[in-house]
Amino acid sequence: MLRLEKRPVPSKAWTIATPLLAVLATMVAGGILFAILGKDPVEAIRTIFWDPLFSEQFAAYSRPQLLVKAGPLILIAIGLSFGFRAGIWNIGAEGQYIMGAIAGGAVGLAFYPTAGWYIFPLMVVAGAAGGWAWAMIPAILRTRFNTNEILVSLLLVYVAEHILSAMSFGLLRNPEGHGFPGSRNFKEYDSVSNTELIANSGMHWGVVAAFIAVIFAYVIMTRHILGYQITLAGQSPRAAKFGGVNPNRLIVLCLGASGVLAGLAGVFEVTGPAGQLTTDFNQGYGFTAIIVAFLGRLHPVGILLAGLLMALTYIGGDLAQLMMGLPKPAIQAFQGMLLFFLLALDVLTNFRIRFKKSEAA
Amino acid sequence: MDLSAINPVLLVASLMIAATPILLAAIGELVVERAGVLNLGVEGMMIIGAICGFAIAVETGSPLVGFVGAAFAGAALSLLFAFLTQIMLANQVASGLALTLFGLGLSALIGQGYAGQKPPPTPRLDLPVLSDMPVLGQVLFSHDPMVYFAIAMIAATWAVLKYSRVGLILRAVGENHDAAHALGYKVVRIRILAIMFGGACAGLGGAYLSLIRVPQWTEGMTAGAGWIALAIVVFASWKPWRVMLGAYLFGGVTVLQFNLQAAGVSIPVQYLSMAPYVITILVLVIMSSSKSRAALNAPAALGRIFHATH
Repeated sequence: MLRLEKRPVPSKAWTIATPLLAVLATMVAGGILFAILGKDPVEAIRTIFWDPLFSEQFAAYSRPQLLVKAGPLILIAIGLSFGFRAGIWNIGAEGQYIMGAIAGGAVGLAFYPTAGWYIFPLMVVAGAAGGWAWAMIPAILRTRFNTNEILVSLLLVYVAEHILSAMSFGLLRNPEGHGFPGSRNFKEYDSVSNTELIANSGMHWGVVAAFIAVIFAYVIMTRHILGYQITLAGQSPRAAKFGGVNPNRLIVLCLGASGVLAGLAGVFEVTGPAGQLTTDFNQGYGFTAIIVAFLGRLHPVGILLAGLLMALTYIGGDLAQLMMGLPKPAIQAFQGMLLFFLLALDVLTNFRIRFKKSEAA
Repeated sequence: MDLSAINPVLLVASLMIAATPILLAAIGELVVERAGVLNLGVEGMMIIGAICGFAIAVETGSPLVGFVGAAFAGAALSLLFAFLTQIMLANQVASGLALTLFGLGLSALIGQGYAGQKPPPTPRLDLPVLSDMPVLGQVLFSHDPMVYFAIAMIAATWAVLKYSRVGLILRAVGENHDAAHALGYKVVRIRILAIMFGGACAGLGGAYLSLIRVPQWTEGMTAGAGWIALAIVVFASWKPWRVMLGAYLFGGVTVLQFNLQAAGVSIPVQYLSMAPYVITILVLVIMSSSKSRAALNAPAALGRIFHATH
């Protein structure tokens, strides 16, 4: 009979091994799913994970896409990882990301068609502020009224989506857009366009911000007292309280950080890859980032790698859709499966499995 | 704007329809939470129920078979959550989220061929005398059977939790799993059964959306109904009849904003459509701010992982 025995400390080796195992298990289970859909599983997995990077035909286009897609995922996931470590569950990053894009975009549109170097930085600040403000709603409701931040942050995603729709049909609609919903195209407004910094690399300001966030988060987590407090509060809230950690301050800081980063991701996305505010510019990055954060073990470097891997499944998924007719939702289910396997295999990190004869106690 | 176009009789009648999917999902989640498990995957189980119920009803031509299938589909998906949290001892918040993300993807995959189709109609109840009563007949006694089934579920859950041995054991497991374990109750088995019940109820709620309320299949059609069901459980302080109050309140807000849209109020549609979510948040705040009420009723072992060492 199998028995689980709690490890005194989580195993270091398994902490690194479980995400890799989870990816392998997802490939197998995903292959079975694709086979059920009548596609060749080996070819599908190769198209998703190999072709975007190494196929002569597609790599030239899809390699830069890797950074374009990974940028926002990493940026949002880094923000989420602070809260998740402390046991503060902000699952509404999608809403903060949308509000950041709206706030940043609105500032840019207000200046249209003035040219000036200062407009883009102002938009970035406004985007960060928009995301932060949206995250402060669950934070303040939690600290002041003890309202569950999980439900509030999630419900606010739906509110943000409706605001986005109202904006792209109303206030921020392109006056020269022939009545179509959606804002002016930022790509045609040189002062604010967030183009590639190095040609054909996919590197735009959002990716730079993501790398800075990774470094910043690494320093805070490993070298700063705040990182210690976050970890302590997550492992033992009572011990943290006796240790002088103010739980409310931590809630405001963690939710604020994830709001700022999600808002930044929003403004960089809308001025760069998306190009304009439309009802569906967002692509669900805020939700996928939750998977990225867990897959990266809430560690900055892990999140960097996990973000790249998740970006690969997006690009490979598009490619498989194009080449093999693999339906788009199959990739979404595939990404969900990854989180399942990761959570299931995590038992190996925290527990030791013992083989024991069942004894009559 | 013409507010006189809003017919109060129709308003109350459609309120009961709008509330039923949430009522079903919320009563299921209430049982799960009373057993000490927080399953955030309600949205995922609802949407799987919506598409499975829809597909089965279209293929068989019978809405009843569709509802039964939806309940099984919801329960099957919830078994994944049960496996993760009860056997593999995974974090319940993360596992519930995974269930929702996976359910949304899987439902879109299953539902590809079903967009734009019409489900077989569910007959309305036609009671000889009651349905013919002037106002009450239309408001209360001429709905489809699922509306009454949902109310019956509330009553049954209340009675079982309050008066039966099963209910007592379930509550014991939810309040203190170590004590329940020491008394010899199978904590894990009881919780898995509760989770499956919650999954079946969420599946029924989803199928009600796709088979009766809307009725058709569109991707992501639950649009947060599962999350609102979770909020209503908190609003209800884990008490069955208050779940009904909460769901009907929510149904009222939804129906009212639809009616205001139809009446041509000069507020953009999007701001009216967000009203149900905003009001749900406000209600949550009011309930949680008074410390004496909500927090005290929460099951003590809610969300905690149970690992038997003996």
